[in-house]
Amino acid sequence: MATQPKEPGTYNPWIDQRTGIGDRRKGIAESPLRAVLDEAIPGGASLAYVFGSGLLYLFLSQVVTGMFLALYYVPSADHAHTTVAYLTKEVTSGSFLRSVHAYGSSAIVIVLLLHVSQTFLYGAYKGRRKLLWLAGCVLFALMLGMSFTGYLLPWDQKAYFATTVGTNILTYIPVIGSPLKSLLRGGAEMGTLTLSRFFVLHVFLLPALIVIFIAAHIFLFRKAGPAGPIQGDPQTLKRSTEPFYPKQAVFDLLFALVIIGCLGLLAHYLPVALGPKANPSDTHYVPRPEWYYIPVFQWLKYWESGFAVVGILVIPAFAALLFTALPFLDRRPERRPWKRPVSMSIYGFIFIGLGALGGISHRNDLRDPAIAAQLAKQQADVAAFIKKPFEPELAGVSPFAAMPLSPVASQGKKVFERERCIECHGEDLSGTPSAPSLLGVGQKHDASRLRSILQQPSDAMADGGMQPVDVNEEDLTALIAFLESLK
Amino acid sequence: MSHPVKTHISGTAHGFREDYKKLGGASSSRRSFLGVLLGAGASGVGALLSVPLLRFLLHPLVRAKAQVSWKEIGSVEELASVTSPVKKLVKVEQRDGWRRIVSEKAVYVYRDSNGHLCALSSVCPHLGCSIAWHDDKNKFICPCHNGQFAADGKLLGGPPPRGMDQLKSKVEGGKLVVHYQTFKQLVPIKEVIA
Repeated sequence: MATQPKEPGTYNPWIDQRTGIGDRRKGIAESPLRAVLDEAIPGGASLAYVFGSGLLYLFLSQVVTGMFLALYYVPSADHAHTTVAYLTKEVTSGSFLRSVHAYGSSAIVIVLLLHVSQTFLYGAYKGRRKLLWLAGCVLFALMLGMSFTGYLLPWDQKAYFATTVGTNILTYIPVIGSPLKSLLRGGAEMGTLTLSRFFVLHVFLLPALIVIFIAAHIFLFRKAGPAGPIQGDPQTLKRSTEPFYPKQAVFDLLFALVIIGCLGLLAHYLPVALGPKANPSDTHYVPRPEWYYIPVFQWLKYWESGFAVVGILVIPAFAALLFTALPFLDRRPERRPWKRPVSMSIYGFIFIGLGALGGISHRNDLRDPAIAAQLAKQQADVAAFIKKPFEPELAGVSPFAAMPLSPVASQGKKVFERERCIECHGEDLSGTPSAPSLLGVGQKHDASRLRSILQQPSDAMADGGMQPVDVNEEDLTALIAFLESLK
Repeated sequence: MSHPVKTHISGTAHGFREDYKKLGGASSSRRSFLGVLLGAGASGVGALLSVPLLRFLLHPLVRAKAQVSWKEIGSVEELASVTSPVKKLVKVEQRDGWRRIVSEKAVYVYRDSNGHLCALSSVCPHLGCSIAWHDDKNKFICPCHNGQFAADGKLLGGPPPRGMDQLKSKVEGGKLVVHYQTFKQLVPIKEVIA
């Protein structure tokens, strides 16, 4: 390497000789780096072109933060919530990384809409860019799939109930709807298999597809070349043509910096919360989807059972098809928005419509006192849960079964079993919905306090169904010794 | 007006690239200076962004060590008859990431020359096998590589680099309590791991 003199126009002669990557003396076709940096932008660099690379940066950020989150996450119904609580409450920078990841998904939706709007306004889907548009549509759908599958993974109340509703929507599809729902859920009901399936989709399948379609999207973009401004005569555009590097590259980097800044500030000052663990038996929970699904959520309310399939399936499917087929329906070469009144009004109408649906949904939630109260309660529950210190999950041997007990305490254990205390306090003593955990009760109360509780439960306990323990003195002493040993 | 637009849409990107080449582009020294500037800036931002990632990654390694907690072995009366080492089980609670593991560890209780009760770890300082007490031979023998120790844990022979590990113990409220710890294997002086 040292014997090779550095020639002007090369970055690293040793690598360039073998790959030609950085050899700027070569033509665009032979030097990949040159092909990237010297990409000619007709009409010059513009801030309007930053959204595509912004999306690429966001996807990269999601991949990296997602990979790190997976260091602590376990995709199973009995551990998912604990592990997310652990990484949020205890692991250094955990809350920050999770927030960057969660806000990142919202940021992708926002930048995606900007990217699509720019493409639409500039008529950049026209002419030789049809396939580029189609690849973009697939990416759009895949991204929505990512946010839908990622939403369930924390397995808190919000995640559980929103996904229950989301997957139930599939049953509107005639014939294949129900089997499809079961396939996605891994059974008729939501459960740990659902979580596994969503995890696999979110972490393996969808990202792989996204990578493939990003590659296709970029390849097709390079093939077609940048669309450039909406008007101008070819001679002027030629004269004002600029290479991607440096100006457009700087614009793109600045936009990435804006994204980093926004996500960083939000994640630091307004970290994403985690609610209490999913409780399928909760009948009061009012689920609300992520903000960008709210308009769709509101839309579904207007369709009575008979016509539901029209509103929920036919119209959205038709709209998606129309959107995808746009370059085939709108074949005129005209790109100036003011000369395309029909497509512009449809586009504007859809956006105003979605915004209005979102607004109506928000207003309805505020106006209905029962819903508003429940939503406020749910918010308070989330705030209370996030404040509570992390409680590690008890694992391995059941302390109840393997506990080394003194003779009198093991006598007490028999009394405990005979009096059927397990039925309410749980087989592993960790409590059930009807009675609290007894683990650590020996640390909380001394023998005399335990005795008085057993003989005369407090009003709150009696209300919960706790009966005074009616046994002889010997058994009572043994039972107290057993409870005392629960440390 | 519609003519130029049409040309633009259907003209090849290659045509623009060729035209651009003829124009010459920006001066190469200015471009390389900017390149260095951008590279440095991007590296700086990248380094800043990797700070939370690294802290997140290294959390389990730098987490503060658990506080000393004393585990009960048994009452002094119960242990009054101890002359030669006796195996006792202590319940040890450990944090394993997001889990709390309760496991039983074997310790040996013996009486030192002053008559005080002491505790030894049953983990061999050689390669971590469980050492057994042999009453008939009056010594500890590790079943794996035949390391041998006296009743007070002193090394008698075999491959282990040190004697059996003493555990901190004390009598509290008539009960012998122990501070269970694990130690590094294969080093001549005992060194706490957890």
